[in-house]
Amino acid sequence: MGTELIGAVLAVITLDPELVAGGAPIFIACSREEQIKIALVLSRILKGMVHDLENGVLIIVKH
Amino acid sequence: MSYVWSVVLGLVAGTLARLFMLRLDYRQYPTYPHGILTHLALGFIAALIGSVLVPAMAFKEFTAVTFLALAAQEFRQVRNMERETLVKLEAAELVPRGFDYIEGIAKTFEARNYLTMATALAVSGAAFVLNWQAAFGVAVLLLTGTQFLKKGQVVGDLAEVVPARLHFQGALLMVDDIVIMNVGLPEAREKILAEGLAILIKPKDDNGRATLHHVGQRQAILHTAATLLGIKREIGELEFTPLARKNIDTGAVGVFILPIEKDFDSLREIINRVPVLESASRKPLSTQAGRIAAD
Repeated sequence: MGTELIGAVLAVITLDPELVAGGAPIFIACSREEQIKIALVLSRILKGMVHDLENGVLIIVKH
Repeated sequence: MSYVWSVVLGLVAGTLARLFMLRLDYRQYPTYPHGILTHLALGFIAALIGSVLVPAMAFKEFTAVTFLALAAQEFRQVRNMERETLVKLEAAELVPRGFDYIEGIAKTFEARNYLTMATALAVSGAAFVLNWQAAFGVAVLLLTGTQFLKKGQVVGDLAEVVPARLHFQGALLMVDDIVIMNVGLPEAREKILAEGLAILIKPKDDNGRATLHHVGQRQAILHTAATLLGIKREIGELEFTPLARKNIDTGAVGVFILPIEKDFDSLREIINRVPVLESASRKPLSTQAGRIAAD
């Protein structure tokens, strides 16, 4: 097992670009369905977990 | 009795004691057949060391006694050996045992070798000093005694396991009023609600509360439950990781698991029988201050 980044936000998936800024990669979705689809795909690729900030922003975190 | 016979009797009793203390259960640890063989061989050596001690002392062979003491030191390595193996295997476990459980297992292996040595010593001593009937009596007493010694406390002694309600508050997964985790994907939430199991482990007293507070103890509970019930977790699917979180006000522990076999009674039975880890066990009630605080 190699070194892994733990407890870091790997990606941010948002419906509203105004809500997010900063270091993690940001993905902008047009609809809730698209947002969830992107989150699912990214979480499986990155082996992270999807968390809902409940303001229309989903983040993917590696635990 | 001649020293040859006392050594032979001690050796047989010690090896039998080790054999009876090797339990191959659902954990499949030590692994069969080679792990078992390793421990039987070590048990044989431990029994030999124990059984030779009394005759060696009687013949004033103090050099031999010193060498035996040195050889006994080697058994400390057993703990290191088991710990290293289990820590390496941990990387391949989706629900790890946790370091406390591993330390407990490693300690047990070491201690059982000393019990083997003690059995051999007592039996060969009785045979040497008294007669074979006395040796036989001591052997029976110790072989049954070690069976009781190896049994420790279980979670069921400290706490009561009751069903709990699994629900979501927004994205937060809850077991009764304990927050477990934030689940972002709606599909995962539906699956958790439909197929998940939630239980509450209520400590019976302050000792139980202090022990369940230990994260290693909770991990041991999760590992055991996941091993026996199966788990719907896969590599990269963290949503389905079983978790145990504490109610910070009451000390009760809420457990969430997404098992293959969804059976509450089975889960309760499993949790009741999880061993209380030596390193997690706390007894605030044995102090006066603890008893004052408990009322």
